[in-house]
Amino acid sequence: MIAIIDYEAGNLTSVARALRHIGVACQITKQHDEIRASERVIFPGVGAAGEAMEIIRREGLDGMIREIIAQGKPFLGICLGAQIILGESEEDGGIPCLGIIPGTAKRFQGTDIKIPHMGWNDISITRPHPLLEGVDTRAQFYFVHSYYPAPEKREDIIAMTDYGVSFASIIGHDNVIATQFHLEKSGRHGLQILKNFCGWNGRV
Amino acid sequence: MLSKRIIICLDVREGKTTKGIKFKENIDIGDPVAMAAEYYEQGVDELVFYDITASSDKRNIIIDVVESVAKEILIPFSVGGGIRSLDDMHRVLAAGAEKISINTAAVEDPDLIYKGARAFGNQCIVLGIDAKRVGETPATPSGYEVYIHGGRTPMGIDAIEWAKRGQDLGAGEICLNSIDADGTNAGYELTLTALVSEAVSIPVIASGGAGEPRHLYDVFKKSNADAALIASMVHYQRYTVAQIKEYLSQKDIPVRTFI
Repeated sequence: MIAIIDYEAGNLTSVARALRHIGVACQITKQHDEIRASERVIFPGVGAAGEAMEIIRREGLDGMIREIIAQGKPFLGICLGAQIILGESEEDGGIPCLGIIPGTAKRFQGTDIKIPHMGWNDISITRPHPLLEGVDTRAQFYFVHSYYPAPEKREDIIAMTDYGVSFASIIGHDNVIATQFHLEKSGRHGLQILKNFCGWNGRV
Repeated sequence: MLSKRIIICLDVREGKTTKGIKFKENIDIGDPVAMAAEYYEQGVDELVFYDITASSDKRNIIIDVVESVAKEILIPFSVGGGIRSLDDMHRVLAAGAEKISINTAAVEDPDLIYKGARAFGNQCIVLGIDAKRVGETPATPSGYEVYIHGGRTPMGIDAIEWAKRGQDLGAGEICLNSIDADGTNAGYELTLTALVSEAVSIPVIASGGAGEPRHLYDVFKKSNADAALIASMVHYQRYTVAQIKEYLSQKDIPVRTFI
């Protein structure tokens, strides 16, 4: 069973729908015992980092997330989920986040690009990872975001994408991996990564 | 590189796809769910469903369509038509849509843009604008006026000013439809699209007038549009999505060709 962590953010049902599409059982939950009992965990989300962190703390999910990650459970962040696993976000003048991977979620800058970064873009893989097996280098993925992950350590970057700047579009460390793009909205290549996650043992 | 998006628009009336010309006379052309699945296979980047059902007691049909589409199609799609409140937005998003498009309701109550963006995020709110060339007047210095009610009611508002205001209120994207070009198959309204796409910093979808792949090339080359809406050129099997993308790709317009 896969637990999709419910912190009242936007696209929980679309992730569940994508999992159903590939025949994988999941539940959307904020119950600690259910998250603890699950085989693997998905941490999705769209919306604002501040509100998300508020709900995460209120529900005691911050400690919960640290606990299951320390246990080695495979953990997948998507979109906002890839930002709030970092140390902080630049949203609203600075929001302290979960600090699972050292780094900051930064806002896109510049007058020559449209914000949000919306649409299908390339990724260039900087480090091989079991989740990217069978994913063609020509595949594009669907992005919608105004902030991007900037991890402190180079070794935490798995793929980069260009949009005004070159930013980390997949980050990961041990059993944690997170994509800035929406796996659940990226057609068959997104589903391939989701499938790979469902069979991943958390080791790289 | 970020691809230019090709978006297919399906007008849905009482659960059936229809196609009208210049906002009038609609004929049914198929099942929206089956058509969406076909376009998904062809490699479309995004879909838009406009509910043009007139009677309010048949409005729930679109929710069934959205749910069926969301089960099959793992790319973003938006829904517009008849959305007038946060409750309406919530129902469509919960059924599986990625975004909602508001047009008449936003002009009548601009606060709806702000409230929708606050509740669901800016990226969820597409501001649909129907604009018509009326010539430069004090009320419409750009020469383009905003119309509502499916292009029937002029509002005395300048289209460029309205686009900027929509952005300030929190819209994440603008779908800009030219009433003059709509249904003509003679190409997008390039001047209008260039003006709006230069005036705002959020993505702009060009809409109305696409009849052949060259029209998409023109709008991407001559304006700052991020996406192009098409309908009849694919609904009547004149072109496939793959053919359109192949054409654009050969002319160095970045498009998603590896499906």
